[in-house]
Amino acid sequence: MSIVTLQLGQCGNQIGHEVFNAICSDVHGTHGLCSKKENESYHDACKERFFSEEESEVPVARAVLVDMEPKVISQTLSTAARSGCWKYDGRSHFCQKQGSGNNWANGFSVHGPRHKEVIMNLVQKEAEKCDRLSGFFTIMSMAGGTGSGLGAFVTQCLRDAFPTSFILNHVIWPYGTGEVIVQNYNSVLTLSHLYQSSDALLVHENDVIHKICAQLMNIKQISFRDVNQVIAHQLGSVLQPTYTAENGSRYSRNPLGDLMETLVPHPEFKMLGLRNIPQMPENFLAYSTFSWPGLIKRLRQMLIANAKMEEGIDWQLRLPRLGTSIPSSHSTNKPLHFNTSIANLVILRGKEIDSVDLGSFRDPSLYTSWLNPQDAFKAWKTPRAFNKYEKSASLVSNSQFLLKPLDNVVGKAWNMFASKAYIHQYTKFGIEEEDFLDSFTALEQVISSYTTL
Amino acid sequence: PVSLPLAVGQCGNQLGCRFWDLALREHAAVNEKGIYDEALSSFFRNVDTRSGGDGPDIYKGKICSLKARALLIDMEEGVVNEILQGPLRDVFDSKQLITDVSGSGNNWAVGHKLYGYQYRENIVEKLRLTAEHCDCLQCFFIIHSMGGGTGSGLGTYVLNLLEDEFPEVYRFVTSVYPSGEDDVITSPYNSVLAMKELNEHADCVLPIENESLFDIVNKIHQMINCGKLGSTVKQNSLVTSSAGSAKIVPEKPFDAMNNIVANLLLNLTSSARFEGSLNMDLNEISMNLVPFPRLHYLVSSLTPLYTLADVNVPSRRSNQMFSDAFSRDHQLIQADPKHSLYLACALLVRGNVQVSDLRRNIERLKPSLHFVSWNQEGWKTGLCSVPPVGHSHSLLALANNTCVKPTFIGLKDRFMKLYKKKAHLHHYLHIEGMEQSCFSEAISSLSDLIEEYNELDATKGGPRTDPSRLKVAV
Repeated sequence: MSIVTLQLGQCGNQIGHEVFNAICSDVHGTHGLCSKKENESYHDACKERFFSEEESEVPVARAVLVDMEPKVISQTLSTAARSGCWKYDGRSHFCQKQGSGNNWANGFSVHGPRHKEVIMNLVQKEAEKCDRLSGFFTIMSMAGGTGSGLGAFVTQCLRDAFPTSFILNHVIWPYGTGEVIVQNYNSVLTLSHLYQSSDALLVHENDVIHKICAQLMNIKQISFRDVNQVIAHQLGSVLQPTYTAENGSRYSRNPLGDLMETLVPHPEFKMLGLRNIPQMPENFLAYSTFSWPGLIKRLRQMLIANAKMEEGIDWQLRLPRLGTSIPSSHSTNKPLHFNTSIANLVILRGKEIDSVDLGSFRDPSLYTSWLNPQDAFKAWKTPRAFNKYEKSASLVSNSQFLLKPLDNVVGKAWNMFASKAYIHQYTKFGIEEEDFLDSFTALEQVISSYTTL
Repeated sequence: PVSLPLAVGQCGNQLGCRFWDLALREHAAVNEKGIYDEALSSFFRNVDTRSGGDGPDIYKGKICSLKARALLIDMEEGVVNEILQGPLRDVFDSKQLITDVSGSGNNWAVGHKLYGYQYRENIVEKLRLTAEHCDCLQCFFIIHSMGGGTGSGLGTYVLNLLEDEFPEVYRFVTSVYPSGEDDVITSPYNSVLAMKELNEHADCVLPIENESLFDIVNKIHQMINCGKLGSTVKQNSLVTSSAGSAKIVPEKPFDAMNNIVANLLLNLTSSARFEGSLNMDLNEISMNLVPFPRLHYLVSSLTPLYTLADVNVPSRRSNQMFSDAFSRDHQLIQADPKHSLYLACALLVRGNVQVSDLRRNIERLKPSLHFVSWNQEGWKTGLCSVPPVGHSHSLLALANNTCVKPTFIGLKDRFMKLYKKKAHLHHYLHIEGMEQSCFSEAISSLSDLIEEYNELDATKGGPRTDPSRLKVAV
């Protein structure tokens, strides 16, 4: 089954481009470290998922590119074509001239309805190219105007037009100290709207990725391209083919469906965080070896202690010992900053994955009480190494990972809203104070739900 | 997207002339193949003039003949005629000019009420023609001075007109404010009358003061002539220089100062024209820097002022560039943003600067700046890959900051000095449409604006109590 990617706004298009780059480079790499047959299965599964068969020398990405100004799409299309490895369908894009001015209301209430038909036609065309559609993967930032506002509108349209398909929104959280002054308003409006139409929100925070670039990747002058490449690697580690526990002989046909089934048992809880280890500069890879027990232990502690990356993990924080699996309010036993999970998904790629013991992730103390721990944890694996990493482990977690960042964004937005600053810029395009209040209410509800896990 | 400059009055047209010249220089430096591209189309049409005269527009392919998208308006012919006889003559055609002979006599009422009324239809028609050639008109730039009659009066009339006829197009105004020692006696009247229009009809105003431009020119002069730099400075990198542009005639006294403003406009629109990793368009500037409709006055600074020919130590230089952007002697008005209150701040970086440089410098400088309580992290940033001519990188800072207040208070004081004695009022009141109430309303508008800044200043350094959050049922 195939995934259609929607790249929305400057951020969405820049990241999407790096994602397809990462996927292609992974598939064509000679570091699969597995049998030829395995490699071929992987290649075929990946191709079906992300690329369409067309009479062209290079695979064509299953993607729709949307932006309200032309420069980024123009660059993205030409850079991809120049790679010689893959390209976009030359007709599968839509742009305008003016941009959205970082104004969510402009993206949502003006550009959205105005261009709905054209955009949905492009989506329909891409969907029709798929033998079977698994769902949609939308990439957007929530700080600006197009990705955020138009993105929220398009997600709603996707839900209406494809009621049975899965929608995974990849949302970029901006740097805490401003990229955009009204970023918190745009974020609150985006998140509250996405929550209604999306199946899950997979989040990347710029601050976190920036730290990874600085401390793990040793990059001195970090560019957005560097940041986007790390994000693309992490996304690739989730979206590339794997075997699920149920079927060890064929690569999973329905990655998005599997993801949702595992991680989103309840519609009130849709915020997914992503961790991937190890991460290091490419030239270090040859000199590094890792053991699976070591990686698993580290990943688990990152989950418990809500560590954003594999350095600086708080190892002191421990799960309390539970005598028996009493499904009552054990929240009183837990230290305050222990990260409670609803569900977790671990993805392992590379050598010797069969020997890995993931029992520690099934510990009931990790999870909230209303799910059976057996259902709360899943593992996907493949012996096929990913992107030159001999061993790579990813964790996609529906937990309190994003509680604090969400609370921060809502708090800052509320603080600004109290002064009514910038509100006239939104009412100009039809988003009223009431709409803001609705969004605040919705998100306070989400915060409350995650807090009382 | 197209930005359409409208130069009004003598000052406006002198500034405009420098702007077109440097714009051509910038695009020539970037556009090696001579292909008419999206970036060029922001400011220029590509016209087929082979069959003589004004042929059809060519939207793609090789550059044939570039024509500026502009209107040049003056009620005297001197400056415009000079432009049409100079090296830029082929860049404009007669359909873009609106001139008269007698001038406005440094009288806002003559410019606004008399000529405004007289030329309205003509202006609207020419605007429509010019707008028709643009497939996406995003913004008008009015370039004028506040102290005279045409730029001030007719300029603000045009501002009103733009709002009526093209309500969806942004209106940015670059206004040169008169100094205290201005030799035009009535400049306070003209400026305050114009301020009311700017308050009510402009989306963003970039105030400029000649003293600041003059100080910058002197500063550069000193650096070059005191022997420390000498021939190691790249001539075309000077923010004051016309080197490499079409202007072959020796520079006139105001050229250096005007070049600074021309560079301001080029930098302001750079991210809309050229690609980068974090684009910043004009509508984003308006969105992020204007928290309340009337508080739309932005103090600007450009760094660096010049580049040394022997380029090295990029990181230290980029830190210096950020520091300078906040120093009082780099601002284009007499103001000190560091000691006043920020409502919002935008940083548009060009060239070889990455997001980590931006972040590092914001972290470094933040503690020494005062931001209003509801916008503690009020930074808007943009990264454009293409540097200005002669530089490897540059920075434009735009501050919505209460440091504009002294400029406005100064205007008010000088206005009141004249108004109390009713000096020269009769020159204004005998123009049809002018009444005493025009004056009282104008000074009232300015006073209200000053009061808004006072209220904000009063919050500076005060205790911060965050409003309590919404409570939801669990």
